Amino acid sequence: MASGAFRAVATAVAVFLLAAVVIATKLYSDASAALTNEVVAGLETESRLIVASAGGDEAGDLTREIEQRQRFASGRLYLLVDARGGRLAGNLAGIPSELAGKPRGGVFRYAAPGGDSPARQAVALATNLADGRTLFVARDVDDQRRALASMRLTAFLGFAALALLGLGGGYAVSRYALARVEAVNATARSIMDGDLSQRIALAGSGDEIDGLAINLNKMLDRIEQLMAGMREVSDNIAHDLKTPLNRLRNRAEQALREDAGPQELRGGLERVIEEADELIKVFNALLLIARLEAGALEGTIEQIDLGALVADVGELYEPVAEQAGLALEVKLEPVTIAANRQLVGQAVANLIDNAIKYSSGVAGGARVTVSLVRRADVLEIAVGDNGPGIDAKDRERVLARFVRLERSRSQPGTGLGLSLVAAVARLHGGNLRLEDNQPGLRVVLVLPARPEKDRPALTSPHPNIRAPALT
Amino acid sequence: MLEAMRVLVIEDDRETASFLHKSLKESGHNPEAAFDGESGLAMAREGGFDVLIVDRMLPRLDGLSLVKQLRAGGDRTPVLFLSALGEVDDRVKGLKAGGDDYLTKPYAYTELLARIEALARRTAPEEQTTRYVVGDLVLDRLAHRVTRAGDNIPLQPREYRLLEYLMRHAGQVVTRTMLLENVWDYHFDPQTNVIDVHVSRLRAKIDKGFETPLLHTVRGSGYMIRDGDR
Repeated sequence: MASGAFRAVATAVAVFLLAAVVIATKLYSDASAALTNEVVAGLETESRLIVASAGGDEAGDLTREIEQRQRFASGRLYLLVDARGGRLAGNLAGIPSELAGKPRGGVFRYAAPGGDSPARQAVALATNLADGRTLFVARDVDDQRRALASMRLTAFLGFAALALLGLGGGYAVSRYALARVEAVNATARSIMDGDLSQRIALAGSGDEIDGLAINLNKMLDRIEQLMAGMREVSDNIAHDLKTPLNRLRNRAEQALREDAGPQELRGGLERVIEEADELIKVFNALLLIARLEAGALEGTIEQIDLGALVADVGELYEPVAEQAGLALEVKLEPVTIAANRQLVGQAVANLIDNAIKYSSGVAGGARVTVSLVRRADVLEIAVGDNGPGIDAKDRERVLARFVRLERSRSQPGTGLGLSLVAAVARLHGGNLRLEDNQPGLRVVLVLPARPEKDRPALTSPHPNIRAPALT
Repeated sequence: MLEAMRVLVIEDDRETASFLHKSLKESGHNPEAAFDGESGLAMAREGGFDVLIVDRMLPRLDGLSLVKQLRAGGDRTPVLFLSALGEVDDRVKGLKAGGDDYLTKPYAYTELLARIEALARRTAPEEQTTRYVVGDLVLDRLAHRVTRAGDNIPLQPREYRLLEYLMRHAGQVVTRTMLLENVWDYHFDPQTNVIDVHVSRLRAKIDKGFETPLLHTVRGSGYMIRDGDR
């Protein structure tokens, strides 16, 4: 299994090792050369001293000098031979075989006196005297050589260990990364097979792959939510548009079937048009909600005076409220917000429209209050009525599309009003809250005071989609 | 009644085009039709039309480009866009391209008729008219004052604007949607017929106590302000 990650690690290890070997080799050869030079320089000095001790006469007797020196020296070797190679003095038995034919001397092995090590290494320097004798001065370098050899071995073993650790570590890291990527892949495959509810498991380490998984999960949440929206829309179109379509068809049929005069036919056609207009309204509302839930507000956002807008919509409904005999009270703060004026206007209109519809005729005088207040970094538009209200258990449900509680079936409307308001709220990064107005219902449209792009884009706009746990 | 308008319908759906053609003729106008963008532009350039009805999606040259090209040539003939697109910003796109009004399909013919009549009549720049007069009802735009038979009628700001719009289009049908769009600047359906209540309030102020009603309800369409039977 040659993963990309492992190849990368192996290459890095190889490059690192190569550099280390080059450096170590250079250090070793420098150290070795320095030691050798020092030994050779010492031998040259000593040779000159020995020759000089004979009083400048090279033919003189060097034996005494050599014997004196070899008495105190350890690891120092001397040999004086005549022209034929016969030993004259010194602590070496004879010319070592390695030095035969090497007039300047060289490296040789000798048996250390008293030691059983058969062959220690030494370096000899030969000086040819004028009378044909040859003086060999040598020094034991065995310990030095051993130290260098051990250095070499240590370096080699070290590099081998490094290579093994590097490659092993790289393998482990790449295996881990691959396993994580494979987990993402496996989830992606099962999603492609049709299970959109799958989510990528997080390792909990908060690393890049977790970050990727979190974002992918969020993307999946969004897709699932869009898919669910699509499915819901098509279900609802099937269910809730077919009923009025059927009604429309029935009316047309009825108008044709009856033994009708022109007046009845005309009435029938008028009812057909009314029914068609209702259908168009439902259809438009559905499309608008679907579009809002798909996002995309770009280019439609402007800085608007929300206070003026709410006051405006309140004013639009004021005569209707008066006609219905209810008190419409509007309390405002002057605030501006970046929003789509038409959508927010429609949302507020829907809320006031609902409040008027559901509270008119309440004993003791119906009352609708509209308020706009700023709280911390949100703006709250609240529309309260003193109508029958909505039971706590039903509040969440009425935000769903087309849900109309039993007792409101008789009221005109598409049943999409609140869903539309909720969609507008979500589109602006806000939400919709239903509260008990004691008595009655209070609907609060919460909009963020700051524009969308200034806020972190982390919050899932849909409360029913769980956000991935950040551990 | 209004004088006949020359209307050019540029619409690729022949059924719709022939429906509009027939209906406009019945309404007393002189319609002509083009079925694609290029021939529509050519016809429009020949001039002589009071208003153009342009579908957004046309073969060969789309409605937006058609109107842009027409406007680039200095032609100011009023344009009403027709579109099945009702996206939040489609309307804005249409108006930016040089359209004067925007109607989303499906629409009521009465709505379309009211709108093109309003467009075609919008010849004189509004700013230059300082007084609107319908019968003995006078709206003085400089003094911001409304009188009927010489008596001052105090109006709320919104009522004033409502009356101003109705009087600017005196003798024409003005639909509820037109009022909502032009007086309130809302492009959504407020569900309840809020406009009706506003209009009846206004009517109570300008017509109550007078023998001749000026503000009339046109059944199935909207409202019209006009002097008696004229």
